[in-house]
Amino acid sequence: MSASKSVRVEIKVNGKAVAAEVEARLLLVQFIRDVAGLKGTNIGCDTTSCGACTVLLNGQSVKSCTVLAAQADGASILTIEGLAPEAGDGSGEGAASLMHPVQRAFHENHGLQCGYCTPGMVMAVTSLIAEAGPGELDEAAIREGLEGNLCRCTGYHNIVASALAAAREAGVAVARTGAGE
Amino acid sequence: MIPASFEYVRAESLDEALALLVEHGDEVKLLAGGHSLLPLMKLRLATPSVLVDIGRIDELKYVRDEGDVVAIGALTTHHDLARNALLSRHVPVLAHVAGQVGDPQVRHRGTIGGSIAHGDAASDLPAVVLALGGTYVVAGPKGRREIPASEFHLGFLETALEPDEALTEIRVGKWGEGGWGFEKLTKRAQDWAIVGVVAVRREVPDGAGAGAVAAGSGIGVALVNMASVPVRAASTETALADGASIADAAALADADCDPAADVNASVEYRRHLARVLVRRALEQASR
Repeated sequence: MSASKSVRVEIKVNGKAVAAEVEARLLLVQFIRDVAGLKGTNIGCDTTSCGACTVLLNGQSVKSCTVLAAQADGASILTIEGLAPEAGDGSGEGAASLMHPVQRAFHENHGLQCGYCTPGMVMAVTSLIAEAGPGELDEAAIREGLEGNLCRCTGYHNIVASALAAAREAGVAVARTGAGE
Repeated sequence: MIPASFEYVRAESLDEALALLVEHGDEVKLLAGGHSLLPLMKLRLATPSVLVDIGRIDELKYVRDEGDVVAIGALTTHHDLARNALLSRHVPVLAHVAGQVGDPQVRHRGTIGGSIAHGDAASDLPAVVLALGGTYVVAGPKGRREIPASEFHLGFLETALEPDEALTEIRVGKWGEGGWGFEKLTKRAQDWAIVGVVAVRREVPDGAGAGAVAAGSGIGVALVNMASVPVRAASTETALADGASIADAAALADADCDPAADVNASVEYRRHLARVLVRRALEQASR
């Protein structure tokens, strides 16, 4: 490979290979939104702070505004659309039962207000639960684990309650705590 | 925000990365996890012409037991350091602090070598290596050399690395015995430290004195964001070696540094924080 301003990348997004010749400076979040055409991943601060653009890269949460598409060449990306594709946009008959457990926990615990941070929150919680050993996640660990995701509505109480509910369903939460209960 | 245009090339090995540094000269930057460099490029505070992506060089991702020393590959992520059993056993302060960098997403991408080579005095990990009296291994066309942590950081975002050199390994003495403390004050949980403090303590034989600190024993105290580089709180260390109380030694925490004012803190507030946080970190290290 020689240095070049454009890079041929192939990234698996939600199980589907997306190949394109892109500018080297293209960010992963722009690849997801504008090349793969998936607008569920939001751009918030664009400075690695807010976490709205969180996706899973090879299973780990990352802020896709701070990863080059070229760095993700060959990787598998999971976005909010890929968590439970059969649930569609969540509005259909019986869609709630088809949601991913983390989505369903946010749905049932009203873990959102305006919803802008929600895709990033859901992906961050999904990563947090996947990485936790049995009994590792209590409320404090969830609050710390979500320090990279900001909710400008300040709706943290129900977000933490949602994450706790999802963790409990996954069999990793330990402590019963005050959040939303 | 979009970085200024640059050329990208991925290195598959350290040798290839070093050859690319020579080929592209002054305008090239190494890209590891990108969590220091890409934000600067998006703000156009950095505009390298060529990025050499070293993020996939697996030979630089490791934590190894080398007798008295733990050797860490420069491309090991903060996440992997925080969860590494060998590091947690032998250098627990470094594993702990790696788990306090940024937030989980940042720790999944950011690397210890990237953080140290970037040379920001507000970074936590350089201060840990400094407090531990560690060394950095760098590689370049003339071969490999070791640089003591105390001689690596030269100024704001400036290190002893030559333009054709790469940081490859971090070496720290095992410090499992004794105590340690880490304190940082941030406005938001994920932020850079306004001031941070690392204190490490190892039991030393009677009469070893302050000189033993540099040899990897005794007490080491290092400060985050109290100067243009990470610094030792030398007056505090000396006072402790001479038998001063923690409170008296901590009162000297800001004696040897020259902090700057910024949007987060005045100079006087930073000095106050250093004294308070050094006391707290020393109290933790003494337990």
